Order: sequence, then structure tokens, then C-alpha cells
Amino acid sequence: MIDFSYTDEQKEIRELALKFARNEMRPHAAEYDEKHIFPHEIYLKAWSLGLFNTSIPAEYGGNGFTNVDSVLITESLAYGCMGMTTSMMANDLALLPIVIGGTDEQKKKFLTPFTQSHRYAAFCLTEPAHGSDAAGITTSFKDAGDHYVINGEKMWITNAGYADIFVVYGTIDQTLKHKGISCLIVEKGTPGIEVGKAEKKMGHNCSDTRGIRFNNVKVPKENMLGKPGEGWKIAMKTLDRSRPLVASNALGGAQAALDHSIAYARDRKQFGVPIGAHQAVGFMIADMAMKVEASRLLITKAAWLADQGVENSEIASYAKAFASDSCMQITTDAVQVFGGYGYSKEYPVEKLMRDAKLIQIYEGTSQIQRLVIAKEIIFRK
Amino acid sequence: MNIFVCVKQVPDTETKIVPTSDGTFIETSSIKWILNPYDEYAVEQALLMQAANAGSTVTVLRVGSLKDTEALRTAMAMGADDSILIEAPDNLDSFMIAKALKGAIEKSGKKPDLILTGKQAIDDDCLQVPQILAQMLDLPSVAVVVGMSQAADSITVKREIDGGAIEIYELKLPALIACNKGINTPRYASLPGIMKAKKKPLVQHKLADVGVTDGDKRLKYSGFSLPPEKPAGKKFDASDAAKQKDVVSQVVGLLRTEAKVI
Repeated sequence: MIDFSYTDEQKEIRELALKFARNEMRPHAAEYDEKHIFPHEIYLKAWSLGLFNTSIPAEYGGNGFTNVDSVLITESLAYGCMGMTTSMMANDLALLPIVIGGTDEQKKKFLTPFTQSHRYAAFCLTEPAHGSDAAGITTSFKDAGDHYVINGEKMWITNAGYADIFVVYGTIDQTLKHKGISCLIVEKGTPGIEVGKAEKKMGHNCSDTRGIRFNNVKVPKENMLGKPGEGWKIAMKTLDRSRPLVASNALGGAQAALDHSIAYARDRKQFGVPIGAHQAVGFMIADMAMKVEASRLLITKAAWLADQGVENSEIASYAKAFASDSCMQITTDAVQVFGGYGYSKEYPVEKLMRDAKLIQIYEGTSQIQRLVIAKEIIFRK
Repeated sequence: MNIFVCVKQVPDTETKIVPTSDGTFIETSSIKWILNPYDEYAVEQALLMQAANAGSTVTVLRVGSLKDTEALRTAMAMGADDSILIEAPDNLDSFMIAKALKGAIEKSGKKPDLILTGKQAIDDDCLQVPQILAQMLDLPSVAVVVGMSQAADSITVKREIDGGAIEIYELKLPALIACNKGINTPRYASLPGIMKAKKKPLVQHKLADVGVTDGDKRLKYSGFSLPPEKPAGKKFDASDAAKQKDVVSQVVGLLRTEAKVI
């Protein structure tokens, strides 16, 4: 009944994504990070190979991947660069609400174009004053007959400067709290969208992160996902599916840090032996390896549960918190294994450490994951 | 145009190779297999030729064990139409492999217009199968090809020779071409390609089905061992100006007699 093996097809999918990560992403990772270059050309190539938008179902032109397939792809891409992978995942994060809450018509209209040409999508939930407390968002959706009028401000929006569609969360009535949260698809070029300047960040410097202001933006009513007030439910279901992906981004980065550390611990000699032969270093690397494997198992289980249509919030939170916290520890230790060289930008591990930090923060901080888990295991069971 | 591509599945370049305990072959159980990199050029060239010649088919052939069908699946995911696997041990000699390929091509019922291979397999580096196969099929062949263009029923190929000089050949089809790096840039197998490859036909034959018997064996492997460990580098002290001349001639001598690089 228990089977940890991947299908031949899954092995090939992983091979392709890894090959792409090694040949196309990793060689540019340091430069794009340093110069803050958005890797549009690399994304075009990735899109043409089917590495983008893995969550679009086959009936709307996608590849019909399972969540397990998607996490395999994400982990492999992140092995090349966590920053580049962030933008790729952000597309899925923005398209998932449509996959989950969209009507057939909405799916055809908004998902299928993403399978016909390369486009970007942005998931707009967080606001300057509402991050973890997402149910308190103040962006307003005002009913104006045949359309809604959006007013409000969003923050830390990935792909904002390039997005063809924005999947925006707002409230129809703030007093209703999460029951007032709704979700609208806003197309690029709609009057009143004001995209802010690119944020300066610690890591993920090749990914595009901006604030967005919506000033009296009119959106047709048929662009609402689900009914008014169903946005929260859709957002939560989206996160159940996307958290394993985010966790996989951390996992791919952690695996890269582990592999760099192993190679360095074999080559680098101090006191006449490879540093990996010193227990102090060897044990650090053993810990890294255990955490990488444990992360992978948790992520795969969370994704597998989602594929079975089984409630996975709790395990998805385990996976997201564990994999991102592990990635932070592993990349920090990788810098330690490399010593002075690790702190230098000449070597790849300091970037991994900077990139790791963000994954503990975005799409639900490690603390929010623990909040979800604690609530679930203490009060619901 | 009926295009055949002969491929080999080889250990990944990052795989650690270990001889079997009886020394007759290498340990294959833990190997990660890949499509031989030179064969990727052959597959790509076949797909380019197919695109340029409407109605063409690309069939990929491989002789080897059933354990993993990585090479054929990769080729089909890149775009080849179908594939033929001739089941055999992974350590057949070049003559048996060529004979099996010939048998399978004939058995397919399709008359080959073009056969493409890599110039060599990166595992045993024999560089023999393309030439033996061409001889068996009585086809003109050129190996180590770095460029190829087509005109009506002939092709013009560029072949790299020592010193980087290029020979240019014109061949009438059918012919066999063994590809080298530089002839093209192999495409990635796309994800939709991988999904589609699953449904493409993969025909299997036994060696006997394609007319190969134990009597065809030309080569017996008597032993496999790892290359000796590289000795540590030598250091020469040339800080004393008076001795520099001696040191230099000593180094030059060793480069000539020991390292044999000049």
C-alpha cells in the first residue's frame, strides 16, 4: 500500500526540469541576482517546454499535472535558482484560484491564454497593513450595478510589473471580516491600476516585487470568482495547493546547498584531511541531508493528499514551515561549511542563504503555519 | 523519408563507475542511465530532417537491457515517432550491436533513407558501430560530422579532421551519418513531449528475432578495472637563477617522456 517510487514519466519530468535548472537557470543565477535582471528570456524558454503554469488542467490546454508532479518540477527548478522559481510559482499561485473557483467560462477565458503564449499573473492578497492578518484586508469591492469598483493598495506583489492578469482579493463589506472577502480577476490595462516601483530586497533579486494601487478600477461582475464573500474560501483552498509548491522551492534550494557542501567538504583540506572527515563538519552535513529528506517526504505527502482530494491544510503547513525553516538552517550551515569563501559572493552559498529567508516569510510565515497547525491539532481533533 | 536513429543508453557522466566483483563488466544496478550525448545530436538532426521533408518518420533503435528505457523515451519525448528496443546484455561487442541494428531495421519493413548515429558512445568509446552497420547495409557513411545540409536526394556533410580542418562530402541517399558535437543544438524534451511519448509505440525484439546468435561474438571482455589513481603533481624549484636552465630542460624532458603532452 505504501509506495515511494516515482513513475517513469515523473522521473523524466524531474530530469527535464533539473536539466533546465542546471543548464539555463543556475549559470545566470548569480549575475541576475547581482544586477537585478528579470529573467524573461529564460522564462520564455521554460514556458515553451511546459515548465510554467503546471496547475492548469488538461481540458483548458494545460499538461494535466498532479500536485505531486508540480512539486517535483518546482523542486528541480529551485535547484537552479530559488529567485527565478518564485516568479514561476507566482503564476501558479495566481492561476490556482481560477482553477479552484472559476466557472468553465472563466477558465476558458483566463487560463487557456496562458497555454497559448507566455504570460504572467499576479496574486494580490497582502496589503501594507495586512500581511499575516489577511482576513483584515481593506481593499474594497463596491457593487456598482454591472461592475465592481476596486479601491485599495496591495503590497509585495510578485510579477506585478509584468502581469497580464491580477487576481485581486478585497472585501465587499469589512464588517463581515473573512466572510466579506471576495476575489476579482483584473486585466492589465484596466484604467486605475497603478503599479509601484520595484522593491529592493535581501534576496530573490531577479524576481519582480512591487506594490499596486487600485484607484476606482472598474471590473465587470463576470470577473468575480465564486460568489461575493467566497474569496476567503477560495484563497484558503489555493494555499492548500500552493504551500507544497512553496515548500518545494525551499527544498530545491536546500538540496543545492547540501550538494555544494558535500562537494566542498570532499575537496577542501584542512589539517591534512578533507574537512568532511572532521566530525564537526560531517555532522552538519548529515543534519542537512536528514532535513532535506524529511522535507521531501512531508511535501510529497501534502501534495499527494491534495491529489487524492483529501483535506491537507495541516500537512501542507507542516511541509511549508518545515521545508522553509530547514532551508534557512541548511543554507546558513552551508555558508559555515565554506567558511570565509561561503561569505564571499564568488561562491554560490551566500545567495542561497539570502534567498532562503524569504521562503520563511511569504505565503504564510513559519509562525502562521504553526498557528494553523496548533489550532488544528489542539482544538479541532 | 524513413529516418532511423541508432542510440545507446550510457551511464550518466556523474555516475561513479565500479567494476563487478568478477571483473567482467561494470556494476549496472546503481547506474543512472542517460541517452548518449552524441546520440542526442543524431536525434536532433533526424527531427530537423523530418521537419524539412514532409511525411518523414523518425524511428529510434537501441540494443540493450530492459532495466531502463530512458534513452528511447527521451528520444520519443524530443519528437521521434516510434522506437525499437532489441533486448540484449549491455556489454555486447560492436559487431553484434551492428548486426542487431541491421536485423531490426530490416524487420521494421521500412527501407532506410537516412540512418543517423552519434559518433561514439561515451561509455566504452569504441567508435565502431556506425561504420560496421554502414558496411553491413552497404551504405555510404561519414563519421564525426559537424554540419549537414540537404539538396534533393543528396546531402552535403562537413567532417572535422585533426587540427580543426574540415572535409566536405556529398553523399547520395540512402546513407549513414555519425554526428559530432556542433552539428546542431539538441532540443529539450518538453513536458508535453514527455506526456505524448508515453503513447508512442515501442516495439521489442529478442536478439534471436533479429538474427544475432552467440556465434556472432567477436570480442570477449576479460577484465574491467578502474584507471590507476593520478599521482600527485611534481614541484620544481626554479628560484635559483643559476639553476633555472637545468630545471626548465628537466620539465620539458618530463613533459615529453612522462606526461607525453609535447
